[in-house]
Amino acid sequence: MNHDYEYTPSNGFTKWLDKRLPLMRFADENMLSFPTPKNLNYFWTFGFILTLSLVTQIITGIVLAMHYTPHVLMAFDSIEHIMRDVNYGWLIRYIHANGASMFFLAVFIHMFRSLYYGSYKEPREILWILGVVIFLLMIITAFMGYVLVWGQMSFWGATVITNLVATIPVVGESILTLLLGGFSVDNPTLNRFFSLHYLLPFVIFGVVILHIWALHVTGNNNPTGISVKDSNDTISFHPYYTVKDLFAYIVFLLMFSYFIFYNPNILGHPDNYIEADAMVTPAHIVPEWYLLPFYAILRAVPDKLMGVLLMFGSIAVLFFLPWLDTMKVRSARYRPVYKIFYFTFLISCLLLGYLGGQAPEGIYLFLSRVCTIYYFAFFLVVMPLLSRYEKPSAMPIGISNPAIDTSIEIDEVDGDLVPSANT
Amino acid sequence: MKLSQIVIIFFSLLFMQSNENLIAAGGETYKNLKPGFSFEGPFGKFDRESLKRGYKVYSEVCSSCHGMKQLSYRNLSQKGGPEFSVERVKEIAADYFIIDGADEYGDPVERSRVPSDRFQAPFDNKDAAKASNNGAYPPDLSLIVKARSDGANYIYSLLSGYEEPMPDSLNIDDSLSYNPWFPGAAIAMTQPLYDEMVEYEDGTEATIKQMSYDVSNFLSWAAEPTMEERKSLGLIVMGFLIIFLFLMFFSVRRLFKDVH
Ligand code: HEC
Ligand code: HEM
Repeated sequence: MNHDYEYTPSNGFTKWLDKRLPLMRFADENMLSFPTPKNLNYFWTFGFILTLSLVTQIITGIVLAMHYTPHVLMAFDSIEHIMRDVNYGWLIRYIHANGASMFFLAVFIHMFRSLYYGSYKEPREILWILGVVIFLLMIITAFMGYVLVWGQMSFWGATVITNLVATIPVVGESILTLLLGGFSVDNPTLNRFFSLHYLLPFVIFGVVILHIWALHVTGNNNPTGISVKDSNDTISFHPYYTVKDLFAYIVFLLMFSYFIFYNPNILGHPDNYIEADAMVTPAHIVPEWYLLPFYAILRAVPDKLMGVLLMFGSIAVLFFLPWLDTMKVRSARYRPVYKIFYFTFLISCLLLGYLGGQAPEGIYLFLSRVCTIYYFAFFLVVMPLLSRYEKPSAMPIGISNPAIDTSIEIDEVDGDLVPSANT
Repeated sequence: MKLSQIVIIFFSLLFMQSNENLIAAGGETYKNLKPGFSFEGPFGKFDRESLKRGYKVYSEVCSSCHGMKQLSYRNLSQKGGPEFSVERVKEIAADYFIIDGADEYGDPVERSRVPSDRFQAPFDNKDAAKASNNGAYPPDLSLIVKARSDGANYIYSLLSGYEEPMPDSLNIDDSLSYNPWFPGAAIAMTQPLYDEMVEYEDGTEATIKQMSYDVSNFLSWAAEPTMEERKSLGLIVMGFLIIFLFLMFFSVRRLFKDVH
């Protein structure tokens, strides 16, 4: 980290304030002069994009809530009221609905970035775990938000997903009743989902603060995965990364705007423009695209309880990642074998997303099973094995020193190949 | 792999999925016809004359079975729609009646509709609608274009598709009609449109295709009356973002010039 620099209050007021509540010092140290590796690529801009996505969802959500009516007889029409009668209501709603998709797109890229560059490894385990908590909360929040529309997919999606709870032995039925506020998805369900959908984003906000705090304790990882050694390796966050992040955000906004203004319903399902009807089951019940990979895992197994366990397991396993992959070399750049498994994993996840949208039969079911097995094998088998046996390729000495590190030696203790410079 | 590649792969998968749904929707269904609508594309606007004709088809034909509960008569004079004159809309609304409150004896009071009233529904409730239609429910048409994939083309194909000869191998119930665009090909709506069924004020010939086209246009507008506003705002937003993008691009270039 950069130790040559310290914040100095410049005028009477800031000097006075600094002794009482060092707000400016805090802002300076964490947002302006914060030493950041100088070699970050565009995959590192997604944290910034995600923060703004959360803020966007909260602001548009609050405005929507001013016009929305959480009652089964009025919810659907109140959304049409927002779309037709509220000034710029269509804009607010399309931002919120497509914003959720963009939020997930960004979070997926953000997570796959961490997976590629080994950002979950020592010393960033807590940072990673907080990220997984955020992801889990996002899924729950988005699921509940989708129900608020009270269209056919809202209703039937809610029915299918909440019913999974009933598969839990012994207590399942009671939990389901509590969750639904009755025996089926109905007005009490809509009310509690609305309440929770309003609450959870603020919980997410809290966890995001912890996440960024943890980041500022360990500092950023970088594409080489080699730890920062001195101030030659870093540049100040502002103006370098504020400007670069903003540039990336504009690119992101352009894509986001394409959806909002020119194709606002493509990411949704047409059936959700049909009001919920408990008497008519849609031909295919599918969740929003960002949940499809998990849906595919759920349906890959014939046993319902097993499916539920695997689906939750697919997220739970992420918590243990720092201890499943113990290879000291962080970045996949210097891990030729891991790289192959990584890209196979990426493709397999995209394929799961595709399969989640298909009927679970024939070749689709078969592929879902293969991908599900690979999903877990990647974490539980490939990672521990590679940690033991993979031989990393030649690495540079440091972020600022591209010369090849010749002092790579075998760590006698755990058999890892450890470049001596990377400790 | 570059970010752009990932994004492209990702979205192509996404679109693959939505197409797949279309095909999966029905066994022997045909691919939608594409008559070409003026509102398509990023600069598309509605054809006002076609919207006006479409409203005529809806009000004289479809409205006897289908409601449009999200629409008020005032929407017909709103910017970006058929843009009937305010006077004309008052006349249109006045042809319909509504029960509005009660008189001093508590008896219901009926009055003619005004532009701020919703479109009149053909049936009091779902059961009444079903009872009059062999047990099938004619869905509300306010959102029908958004509620079907490729909505406008689908509805055009559906309405103009009753003339298709039925394959001999098919055996459908007498109460149903053959329509290869409907999922399953057997629909409970009998052919609603016949040549010269309505008389267009602007002299356009009222063929089945023309009426199907006009009413599909009208329903597309009804599903999203703010579409023109959305696209024109989008143009401003995109323009602003692109200028901002260039500024930021050169700022990043300049800033990182000396970072090695
Ligand atoms: C005689 C009553 C009647 C008339 C008139 C009528 N419909 Fe229908 N319509 C129905 C019924 C009944 C259904 C339900 C069909 C089914 O579910 O099989 C239906 C279904 C539909 C559907 C939904 C098809 C689907 O994909 O589910 C559309 C769109 C539609 N009608 C449009 C129109 C239009 C446009 C007009 C005017 C040109 C019209 N209808 C006139 C009775 C009618
Ligand atoms: C983590 C952030 C959030 C996510 C991921 C999220 C996600 C969603 C999603 C997917 C929908 C359904 C959209 C649709 O198909 O129309 C929705 C709807 C809704 N959300 Fe959120 N939301 C978030 C934050 C909020 C907040 C903070 C509020 C209110 C304070 C809010 C209020 C609403 C309301 C009222 C609706 C129903 C209206 C509509 O469908 O547009 N949301 N949300």
